Amino acid sequence: MTKPTLLTMSRLLMKRLLPAFVLAVGLLVAGQPAARAEGEGQLMASGANVRDQASLQRGARLFFNYCVGCHSLKYMRYSRIADDLGLTEQQVMQDLNFTGAKFQEPVISHMPPEDATKWFGKAPPDLSLEVSAKGADWVYTYLNTFYLDPKSPIGWNNTTLPNAAMPFPLWELQGEQVAVTKPGSDAVEKLDLAHPGKLTPAQYQQATRDLVNFLTYVSEPAAMQRHRYGVWVLLFLALFTMLAYLLKKEYWKDVH
Amino acid sequence: MANVFARIGDWVNERTPGLAPMYRKHMTEYYAPKNFNLWYYFGSLAMLVLVNQIVTGIFLTMNYDPSASGAFDSVQYIMRDVEWGWLIRYMHTTGASLFFVVVFLHMFRGIMYGSFKKPRELVWLLGMLIFLALMAEAFMGYVLPWGNMSFWGAKVIVSLFGTIPKIGPALQEWIMGDFLPADATLNRFFALHVIALPIVLLLLVVLHLAALHEVGSNNPDGVEIKKGPKGNRWDALKPADGIPFHPYYTVKDLVGVGFFLLIAAFIIFFAPTFGGWFLEHDNSIAANNLVTPAQIKPVWYFTAFYAIVRMVPSAFGTAVWGVLGMFGSIALLFALPWIDVGPVKSIRYRGTGYKVALTIFVIAFFCLMALGMDLTDEYFPRIFGAGIDITLWDNVFGRIMTVAYFGFFVFLWLYTHLGWEKTKPVPDRVTTHD
Repeated sequence: MTKPTLLTMSRLLMKRLLPAFVLAVGLLVAGQPAARAEGEGQLMASGANVRDQASLQRGARLFFNYCVGCHSLKYMRYSRIADDLGLTEQQVMQDLNFTGAKFQEPVISHMPPEDATKWFGKAPPDLSLEVSAKGADWVYTYLNTFYLDPKSPIGWNNTTLPNAAMPFPLWELQGEQVAVTKPGSDAVEKLDLAHPGKLTPAQYQQATRDLVNFLTYVSEPAAMQRHRYGVWVLLFLALFTMLAYLLKKEYWKDVH
Repeated sequence: MANVFARIGDWVNERTPGLAPMYRKHMTEYYAPKNFNLWYYFGSLAMLVLVNQIVTGIFLTMNYDPSASGAFDSVQYIMRDVEWGWLIRYMHTTGASLFFVVVFLHMFRGIMYGSFKKPRELVWLLGMLIFLALMAEAFMGYVLPWGNMSFWGAKVIVSLFGTIPKIGPALQEWIMGDFLPADATLNRFFALHVIALPIVLLLLVVLHLAALHEVGSNNPDGVEIKKGPKGNRWDALKPADGIPFHPYYTVKDLVGVGFFLLIAAFIIFFAPTFGGWFLEHDNSIAANNLVTPAQIKPVWYFTAFYAIVRMVPSAFGTAVWGVLGMFGSIALLFALPWIDVGPVKSIRYRGTGYKVALTIFVIAFFCLMALGMDLTDEYFPRIFGAGIDITLWDNVFGRIMTVAYFGFFVFLWLYTHLGWEKTKPVPDRVTTHD
């Protein structure tokens, strides 16, 4: 009969728990591309990090300058954005809120959906949960793969979402990309920047990274709280488990 | 102060004399084998998760709107505007997946150590009923957020009943209350999820425990401690290898609870979607009967059973065989006490054939799971080249694994009924404890 030592505990862990854990992590990692592979080709890494508040603020500014004309964030209130992004009510109402909504109201675009359907063939989707649905990398790649396409009714096309109904609102920042096709085929091989925009390619990538970061936050504002409390909860539970283990050891001393 | 408690105790005991003996029977004088190992944590953990699901479920119900027009919005309301709503919901969604993790491990423990065998057949049957009720409970709960995968998942699962010849289509409409999953479906699934099935589950858990405490717990050696020598430090007539459940196993389970909560909290706070496995990406899109998700597949804990549906081919003009295969895969588990009649309980003293068969069974289960998750569609071309016929590979692979799954039961029946098993001698007393 073996005594309950830390060594036997750890051996048990190695033998039993570890394989299960490795399997779970393996599934997690293996599963991710399958769950998100929706577009054509490889996705670029967005590097979105909702803990980067400066990036979130820049992203919010971009969203309210370029996106809110068509896209709503119906589950997101202006007041919540102020709270989470470290902005004052005045900053949000002056710099971000161009729709005349009240501070506590959600972000609703002024574009009437009926008109939008007439103009684009499809009403622009609400973006509250876009990153949850498609993944940050997908949205990032999408914003980097618009190109001029004379065959498209709106003049733009996208390799990540072919024949997207969306014109490219960030063109003045990125410039105009054109598609280089394989000889004798319509398949897009790569995109070339034919006319540079206001930003350099590196600056544009950072700008879209900020924008995707903001949308990642919008998809799940609770992420801010999760990260804030999570570490403390784990520390508490580690302490609890340790005490429980010592208690168990004490009680089990007389079991032979 | 102690005096006050003693007087309250006396007051209660005078009026319900049965209460204290009942507590003793199930806690301080329930003698459990002293050699429980890691596998024996999952029963108490399943109870912990059940309590978690009920408590968090009550709070979710306060803000959830069970209507086709309001359900999706109300979930976002919980996530964003309800104080701590996000935590309550993540505890509920993570709990749902972890429920299946601990229940699968708990069931595997029962198979591996022969805990379903005489005299514990009833414990096993009640446990299997719990598993069935849990599957129904999880499926209906999965539909409630009314995301697009909820909708299409519901449609596919309900359509399984539609494959039954003659009555199928009518049965399908009767279940949904409509021609598609709709408001009526959501309303009734809500009622079943929050009232009917939880009551059934709780009742079954009580019966499962009552049946267990009547016959006593099995252990990793598969030794009946009640048949062994009598007399321990607490009672001269009770099994020598038994220790009181309380306080010994209550403090031990507390350690298990701590470890489990660490894992659960890590998921809840740092990976609540678990890479799209616990909360799927397509469920961030509201239910839409005009837009089909790229791949319709059930949530991970159903995928092994769902793979069997897909792998059994249609024959004689009906697709009902796949559905029968799926229900059969669970029905065989019910029948396990009469399929595996080998006299030796624990894998420690069973024949090599049993060990090999059980290993293959576990591998087959994981492979079917991977198939149901569509992981094979992704990995086969990577491993065997992009040019392969993926449908053919899936079918061949899946059918081999389906045969392996069912083969386990056929093998066990032959192996134990025909006396092919060469077992090792079982010790008289339990051998180890930690």
